[in-house]
Amino acid sequence: MKRNLPLLICFVSGTVMVVQFFIPHPVSRDLYTISSKWFIVVSAFALVLAVGNLIRSHYNKLKRRLEGWPYSIVTLASLGVMAVIGLFFGVKADSTFQKIYLNIQAPLGATMFSLLAFFMASAAYRAFRARSLEATLLLVAAFVVMLGVTSLGSFIHDKVPDFAEWVLKVPNLAAQRGILFGIAFGAIATALKIILGIERGYLGGGS
Amino acid sequence: MIINPWNIAAALLTLFILSFLYKDNPLFRFAEHLYVGISNGYLIAITWHNALRPNLFDPLGRGQYIFLIPMVLGLLYFTMFVKRISWLARLPIAFLIGWGAGVSIPAYFQANILKQLHGTILTPQSFQPQVSSGIWATIILIGVVATLTYFFFSTEHKGAIGRVSRLGIIFIMIGFGASFGYTVMARVSLFIGRLKFLIEFFRALF
Repeated sequence: MKRNLPLLICFVSGTVMVVQFFIPHPVSRDLYTISSKWFIVVSAFALVLAVGNLIRSHYNKLKRRLEGWPYSIVTLASLGVMAVIGLFFGVKADSTFQKIYLNIQAPLGATMFSLLAFFMASAAYRAFRARSLEATLLLVAAFVVMLGVTSLGSFIHDKVPDFAEWVLKVPNLAAQRGILFGIAFGAIATALKIILGIERGYLGGGS
Repeated sequence: MIINPWNIAAALLTLFILSFLYKDNPLFRFAEHLYVGISNGYLIAITWHNALRPNLFDPLGRGQYIFLIPMVLGLLYFTMFVKRISWLARLPIAFLIGWGAGVSIPAYFQANILKQLHGTILTPQSFQPQVSSGIWATIILIGVVATLTYFFFSTEHKGAIGRVSRLGIIFIMIGFGASFGYTVMARVSLFIGRLKFLIEFFRALF
């Protein structure tokens, strides 16, 4: 019961979703619409659990005065303020919630991700060495694409951007497509294993 | 740019994050923790307004009690804190996993197999209006076959298969290099965006 009931739910929900795709009938479409709403609701409850876990983790850090505990106050306070503003004062375009998003969250995220450019460049400097044909091709392709999307590329030669585009649209596309096929077959095989109850990792340990 | 408290906050926080390029410091850690808190607060509010209210509480308010099922299913997550009935938390997980797996099978088949096959197949039309487009399409077809051969492990990569597999590695390496270059440039573009904002901010300030 403790393992079979979840397996049954997984089998039924998975099979119904596969079958409904091939039935172009309003009932089938309604089933998809309603079940996708159920999916959103159940996922939202999982989010409550995840955020609760984050709050608990920072609260414990604060209570035990672990290293860096003052920063936990920042996380908890900002989380609380943003949630309260969003829940009680709305999330419309001109709201305080959106102003915080546009002027605090978005710049923070953009700057944080822009930092990766430096780390990627330094990692590439250490790792990229033209020791073999394969490594040289990787290096040259990266260099051509980087050069091609900047104005420096067209400054060197007006055909450099065209060549970079060709690298992206022809050999790169061929490799990505091959990898994509592999991913798709792998994902379908895994999904089938999950639906048929062969893959049971999501049930966790215990009886 | 008009200087206001919002711009000042955005500029300061941008500088706090960029200070990490020198070394880890309290200003960076403050901004980092603020980002985590604000992002999660954002997620809570957006989940309420875009997910729970329209898909659960509004239908329940209209008397559509069938929506009690996902609500009960969602609440079962919290049984994981009660050891005796903690197995019930597997039910919503099973629903999500099963639903996702079921939806993904035709979706993957359609988007990643059929559409990609359609794009790879070579026809006389591939050589029109320009012959060059047909040549590029031929290279793509050869590249796809070679890449797939490289990932085909049921046969030892010797002889003809070995040579095709080697060609596959060449295509894969070019693909990885191009993807790397493109990703780096996307990050650089973000960095340029932040620098542009800072320059405009300081110009307006002084």
